[in-house]
Amino acid sequence: MSQLINSILILLVLTGFMLLSSSRLAACIRAIAIQGVLLGILAIAVQGRQLSMAGVLLPLSSAMVKGFVLPWMLLRAMREADTVREVEPLISYNLSIIAGTAALGLSLWLGHRLQLSSQLASSLLVPAAFFTSLVGMIVIASRRKALTQVLGYLALENGVYAFGAAVALRLPILVELGILLDVFVGVFVMGIAIFHISREFNHIDADKLQALTDRL
Amino acid sequence: MIVLLIIIPASAGLAAFFIESDRLRRILLLATASAQTALSLTTWIVSPAPALGGWLAEDALGRLIETLTSVLFLAASFYAVAYLREERRQTHSDFEEGFLFSNAREASFTACLLFFLAAMTLVAVSQQLALLWVAVEATTLASAPLIYFHRHHRSLEATWKYLLICSVGIALALLGIFFLAVAATNPDGTTIPLTVQDLRSNAHHLNVPWFRAAFVLLLVGFGTKMGLAPFHTWLPDAHSEAPSVASALLSGALLNCAFLGILRAQEISVAGGLADFSDKLLLVFGLISMGVAAAFISGQTDYKRMLAYSSVEHMGILAVGVGLGGAAVFGAVLHVINHSLTKAMLFLVAGNFLAAYRTKNSAEVSGALSVLPVSGVLWLVGLLAITGSPPFGPFLSEFTILKAALDHGQIFVAVLYLVLLAIIMAAMAAPALAMAQGTPAADVKAAPQRGLALSVVPAMLGIAVLVMGVYVPPVLTRALREAAHLLG
Repeated sequence: MSQLINSILILLVLTGFMLLSSSRLAACIRAIAIQGVLLGILAIAVQGRQLSMAGVLLPLSSAMVKGFVLPWMLLRAMREADTVREVEPLISYNLSIIAGTAALGLSLWLGHRLQLSSQLASSLLVPAAFFTSLVGMIVIASRRKALTQVLGYLALENGVYAFGAAVALRLPILVELGILLDVFVGVFVMGIAIFHISREFNHIDADKLQALTDRL
Repeated sequence: MIVLLIIIPASAGLAAFFIESDRLRRILLLATASAQTALSLTTWIVSPAPALGGWLAEDALGRLIETLTSVLFLAASFYAVAYLREERRQTHSDFEEGFLFSNAREASFTACLLFFLAAMTLVAVSQQLALLWVAVEATTLASAPLIYFHRHHRSLEATWKYLLICSVGIALALLGIFFLAVAATNPDGTTIPLTVQDLRSNAHHLNVPWFRAAFVLLLVGFGTKMGLAPFHTWLPDAHSEAPSVASALLSGALLNCAFLGILRAQEISVAGGLADFSDKLLLVFGLISMGVAAAFISGQTDYKRMLAYSSVEHMGILAVGVGLGGAAVFGAVLHVINHSLTKAMLFLVAGNFLAAYRTKNSAEVSGALSVLPVSGVLWLVGLLAITGSPPFGPFLSEFTILKAALDHGQIFVAVLYLVLLAIIMAAMAAPALAMAQGTPAADVKAAPQRGLALSVVPAMLGIAVLVMGVYVPPVLTRALREAAHLLG
C-alpha cells in the first residue's frame, strides 16, 4: 500500500511541475485534471483496511468533479474565450521551474519540521501537499491569463485537500460535500466571469485588469 | 427554528430567480427580509434549539451577528426595491467614461441577495468550523454577481479580483481548519470534534505549535475576507464598483461574518490559555490596517473608495479591540454594531449622491445640503459618527477600546490608535464637508422625483446610530457582555 501511496505522491509532484512548465493551456488543464484523479485515489489509499462506504464514494465523487467536470468546463471556457492558447507567463518557464524547485525544498523542510503526533502512511504526504499548494500560489502570481489563475486556485485547493487526506482527516460527509460544492460553484462562477472578461476586453489577461488602483 | 433562518432566504432566493413579474419578486424580497428579521428577534425571547446534532446553534456572539445581519438586510431590501425601480431602463451611460452598458437581470440580482443572506446566516449560526468555512466561501460566491450588477469593465475587474483574492484567502483558512484538526488529535489517536464548544472545553489538550500555525492561517484567510491589511486589496474595488446597496451589505454585514471566523479561533485560543500569541497577532494586523487606511484615505478623490478604506480602518479597530482583551473586547463587539449601522447608512447615502451627481469624485460634488437635504444631513451625521465624534455610537465603542488600552498600560498601542484615528478624521472631514456645503453646479439642480425609501432607510439607520451613542438597551448590554466573556 505504501508503495502505491508513494507513487501517487511522486506523480502529484510531477503534475505540479507540468503545470509550471507547460506552455499550452490545454496541457495545464490536463495537469489539474490528473491531480484531481490522483487525489481521489490517494484519499482512498491512505485509509488502508478501514474502508467505509462513504470513504470510497466521497473521494470518487471528488475525483469525478475535479478530474472530469471542472476540466471540461475550463476547456469550454478556453474555447468560448477563443483566446491565444498559450500560457504567456509573466516570468520565464525556466524561472517558474526554479521557483517550483525552491517550493519543493521548502515543502520537504516544512514537512520535516512539523511533527505530527500520529503515524502517517508516508513521510512524503505532507511535503507533497504543501508543494501542490505552493505551486498553485506561484501560478496565480506569475501567470497572465484569468484562466491560468483559476488553475492556480485549483492547485492550491488540491494541495489543501491532499493535506486533509494526508492526516487522514475524517470530516463529516455533509462538510466534505459542502467543500466540494463550493469548489465546483466557485470554478463555475469564475468560468462565467472569464467568459464576460473575454467578451468585454477581447482578451483574458488578468494583468491588464488595472483600471482600479490607488496610488499613495 | 435555526434551520428556518437559513431555509427561508435560500428558498426565496430560488423562487426569485424564476419569478417573471418584477412586482411580485420585489414583494417576495421585502416579505422574506421582514420574516427573517422577525424570526431573528424571536430568538432573543425564545432560545432556539440546536439543530444538526449541535452544529447549528446560536450563542451570544452568533445571535448578535445574525440579528445585525437580518436588520441590515431588511433596511437594504427596502432601499433595493426603490433603487431597482429606478434602474429599470434598458441601457445606462457610464458617467466616468461615457460608454453605454446594461444591468444584470433584476431576477438574478434579487436571487443573489437572498442567497447571500442565507449564506451569511449560516456563517453566524455554524458551530462546526468546517461548516463555517463552507458558509463563508458561499458568501463569496453569492455576492460576486452583486458586484457585477452594472455590466461594464470596471465592475467586472472588481468582481474578478474579489472572487480570486477571497477564494485564495479562504483556501488558506481551510488549511488552517485542517491544521486545527491536527492540533485536536490526541497522541492516542482520538480526536476532538471540530465544534467550537468541544474545542473550547478541550482547549488545554490542543497541540500548541499546530494550533498556533492554524491560528495564523485562519487569521490570514478570514482576514482576507474581512479586509485586514495587507490582504484588503479586493475591498476598495469591490465596494466602489458594486451598486451602493450591495456595498452597504458587503461592508455592514459580510465583513462581520468573516470577523466571526477569526473570533471563533480566538475563543478557542482564550479557552486554551494561548491568548498571548493570538492577541499580539490581532494587535499587529489591526494597527497595520488602521495605518494603511489612514494612508489611502488621505488624498482619496473617490468618495465610495474613501468609505471602503474606512471599512478597512474599522476592521482594524475591531482586531485591535479583541487583541487588547478585557474591557476592550466589549468595546470591539459593540463597535461591530456601531460600524455596521453607520457604514451601511453612509453607503446608502453615497448611492443617492451618485444618482444625483453622476460622479464618484468628491471634488465634483458640492452643495449636497441644498440638492438632497435629507441625504446631505445624513452624510454629515454619518461622517461625524464614523470618525468617532460624540454623541454617536462609534464614539462610545472606540472610546471604550482606547480606555481599555490605557488601563492595560498599552501606551504605545493607545497613542498609535489615537494618532491614526485623528489622521483619518482630518483626511475624511475635508472632502466630505466640501461635498455637503457650497453651491451645486447648475446641471444637478433638478433632482428627479425619487423613491421615499431612498431617504427614509438611511435616516432610520442614522437614528439608530444616534440612539446607540446615548442609550444601549440593557438586553443588548447583557448580550454584549456574554459575547465578550467568550473572548477573554
